[in-house]
Amino acid sequence: MFAKKLRRALCGLWGAVILLGAGNAFAGFDQLNMTPGVTDISHKVYDLHMLIFKICVVICVGVFAVLIYSIFKHRKSKGAKPASFHESTTVEIIWTTIPFLILVGMAVPATKTLLALEDTRDADMSIKITGYQWKWKYDYLDEDISFFSILKTPQDEIKNEAAKGENYLAEVDNPIVVPINKKIRFLITSNDVIHSWWVPVLGWKQDAVPGFINDAWAEINEPGTYRGKCAELCGKDHGFMPIVLVAKTEEDYKAWVAEQKVAKAAEAESAGKSWTKDELVAKGEQVYKTNCVFCHQANGEGVPGSFPALAGSAIATGPVENHIDIVVHGSKKNPTMAAFGQQLSDVDLAAVITYERNAFGNNTGDMVQPSDIAAVK
Amino acid sequence: MSTATTHDAHHDHPTGLKRWLFTTNHKDIGTLYLWFSFIMLLIGGAMAMLIRAELFEPGLQFFEPQFFNTLTTMHGLIMVFGAIMPGMVGLANWLIPMMIGAPDMALPRMNNWSFWILPFAGMLLISTLFMDGGGPAFGWTFYAPLSTTFAPESTDFFIFSVHMLGFSSIMGAINIIATVLNMRAPGMTLMKMPLFVWTWLITAFLLIAVMPVLAGAVTMMLTDRHFGTSFFEAAGGGDPVLFQHVFWFFGHPEVYIMILPAFGVVSQIIPTFSRKKLFGYSSMVYATASIAFLSFIVWAHHMFTTGMPVAGELYFMYATTLISVPTAVKVFNWTATMWRGSLTFETPMLWAVAFVFLFTIGGFSGLMLGVAPADMQYQDTYFVVAHFHYVLVTGALFAIIAAVYYWLPKWTGHMYDERLGKIHFWWSAISVNVLFFPQHFLGLAGMPRRIPDYSLQFADWNMISSLGGFAFGTAQLLFLYIIIKTIRGGQQATDQVWEGAEGLEWTIPSPAPYHTFETAPEIK
Repeated sequence: MFAKKLRRALCGLWGAVILLGAGNAFAGFDQLNMTPGVTDISHKVYDLHMLIFKICVVICVGVFAVLIYSIFKHRKSKGAKPASFHESTTVEIIWTTIPFLILVGMAVPATKTLLALEDTRDADMSIKITGYQWKWKYDYLDEDISFFSILKTPQDEIKNEAAKGENYLAEVDNPIVVPINKKIRFLITSNDVIHSWWVPVLGWKQDAVPGFINDAWAEINEPGTYRGKCAELCGKDHGFMPIVLVAKTEEDYKAWVAEQKVAKAAEAESAGKSWTKDELVAKGEQVYKTNCVFCHQANGEGVPGSFPALAGSAIATGPVENHIDIVVHGSKKNPTMAAFGQQLSDVDLAAVITYERNAFGNNTGDMVQPSDIAAVK
Repeated sequence: MSTATTHDAHHDHPTGLKRWLFTTNHKDIGTLYLWFSFIMLLIGGAMAMLIRAELFEPGLQFFEPQFFNTLTTMHGLIMVFGAIMPGMVGLANWLIPMMIGAPDMALPRMNNWSFWILPFAGMLLISTLFMDGGGPAFGWTFYAPLSTTFAPESTDFFIFSVHMLGFSSIMGAINIIATVLNMRAPGMTLMKMPLFVWTWLITAFLLIAVMPVLAGAVTMMLTDRHFGTSFFEAAGGGDPVLFQHVFWFFGHPEVYIMILPAFGVVSQIIPTFSRKKLFGYSSMVYATASIAFLSFIVWAHHMFTTGMPVAGELYFMYATTLISVPTAVKVFNWTATMWRGSLTFETPMLWAVAFVFLFTIGGFSGLMLGVAPADMQYQDTYFVVAHFHYVLVTGALFAIIAAVYYWLPKWTGHMYDERLGKIHFWWSAISVNVLFFPQHFLGLAGMPRRIPDYSLQFADWNMISSLGGFAFGTAQLLFLYIIIKTIRGGQQATDQVWEGAEGLEWTIPSPAPYHTFETAPEIK
């Protein structure tokens, strides 16, 4: 009677678990292993990883089998009498030598893979990657292309005020675009603290160290959109500076390059024109949302003790020169307030300063033109 | 020497607060260390619970990212410097004199001082949480320039706290070396010492070698922050990666500082409950010494992705994987000790056997991490988090818990509640795997460490891991209850306590009298 009840209860519980699993909004239980990736090197790294893993499993199973056998058979309760042996030089030599030989065996493929991984010679093109708190900058050294890549996931998704999209925290405004079947050399550095550029499908990550340039390379076999993350703790928003890499065929890549150049020309033209205040505020709000909101917050209140408020602040409501100075040249007191003069265009700078001086209740009515920025840069 | 008369006169030692404040008795100081360690374990554990609560689901639930970083930083620092290291020193204080037949530690007043620095260093560290700008938020490895130019003002308090912790450790280590080398009972030759004493002797040398390096690293940080130097600042001709070299030259031996005494504990417990001598005693000593030596020449395996020259990467890969040889020898020796023994599974043995299984898993993931090209993928992911929690939680912490159950009857004179001890064990052993095993998957699937929020594909395993974490955390409250219950009463323990126990500490009464071995025992 009781057994029946118990069985029914367990069936019910199991059913609930299955339903819960099926109705789960998040995926992930199938995510168990490293990606084999999309380059020859990443395949080699994956194969090496699986090789060591299998060796470990085999030894582990062997040792655990002996232990488990002993645990069940050599129990005092089963009448086991302790043996008296307690040393054997032969055995010690054997079990020192065998692991050593296994290591030598493993070192061979590991060395080969490492040498291939580090061989950045004879690249077809180079892209410089610079880590900033908390975004990436890509400079195409063979083309005149340069842009920042910033998290696109909206704040309300992060704060659980809106449903999370499929690529939550893995989406950016401007992905890095590369051609397939070309050996691309990445020159990686940083503007502030140490970051680490990591797209798992390439098979490696490389630290971005301020003042030094590291290199790495990839030759991607398949077109696609690949996602990665910053892998080195770089401060507050370390978890919010993803990488999106789009690999395109040769023709598509060329088309993208042409497109970038057209856009650049258009932007250069817009810097010369005179903007209205409404245009500046509207554009400034966009710039603010991508660049400033993480510290100064959407309402301009900042985070007390860590990040100063803009609402009603001496800088955002005081003399406009000081405001331009701190945004363009950064803060001397607090290095977290970076010099945005190196990061944003004159139009964006003018727009965001205008926005800050007219939002959050800072109704100064001031307007800053791109030419004002160019004058102090 | 008028030892006998003076000691008799001292039998009216102070009571209450003064007893603990002024004590020079190794047993009292051992107790102080162990309680300090337990309190820190609970504080660091509470922080781990908060971390797992934030990571339970995607999205920011409870904390701002900056405070989350402070939590992970403080959790690491408190567990390493507050819980594990003082826990091991507490065991050393209690046990080494009793194991080698010495009346006390060689330098009792310094012993008092090395303990009493700790609570102040700990409070200084924890006080940073309440300072303007928040506590240290740059990870327990505090890489420059995040910890120098870009760090909150409270970092200076952190630096001072590390200096104090270093003083304490160095003095503790000097004391242990002086005790072991000078105060062994007649006939207790080095190669007759219990393995726990051996592992601590070697650990003490590691401490003396590397704590000054850590002090150097934080001092360089301090001068970079305030006195215009540029050790770690490229703009002034320095190098941020230099910091990592200095840090890991301390940091790698540091992980062996935490695990070698654990090896010692397990090497005491397994023979007792196997009723058989430790297999390969001398090879265990040599293996410990080899691990200690190798620990000095492998530090840059923590830095494979920093852009080292390929020759450096090859060297550090070969040297690192070499450590698995003496480590494997240890695991094989424990296995051979149990083989054809007469095993019983009282609580200390359960923890020790779990140590052998789970530390082995942590050791294997360590071997995988040592292979440089694969480490380019593993580095700074949850795979690393899983690895070092397997060696530090199911390794070092499990060994400390095993040691507490094993020697608690000797310390208190009472047997602990065996049924509760077993519940504590099974509850912990299962939940700790639910907590940390899925983190291997998370890391391999691409989740970086030290992030407060993550993409949706990591949601399921994080939830499982958090559930395991909450269960493991609560289990330790049961441990606290068991210890208090044992101190307050319980079945009277015999002198030998365990049927198969061998060694000097089991020849004295339980609880151990305030002064032991005032006349040195004779060792055959």
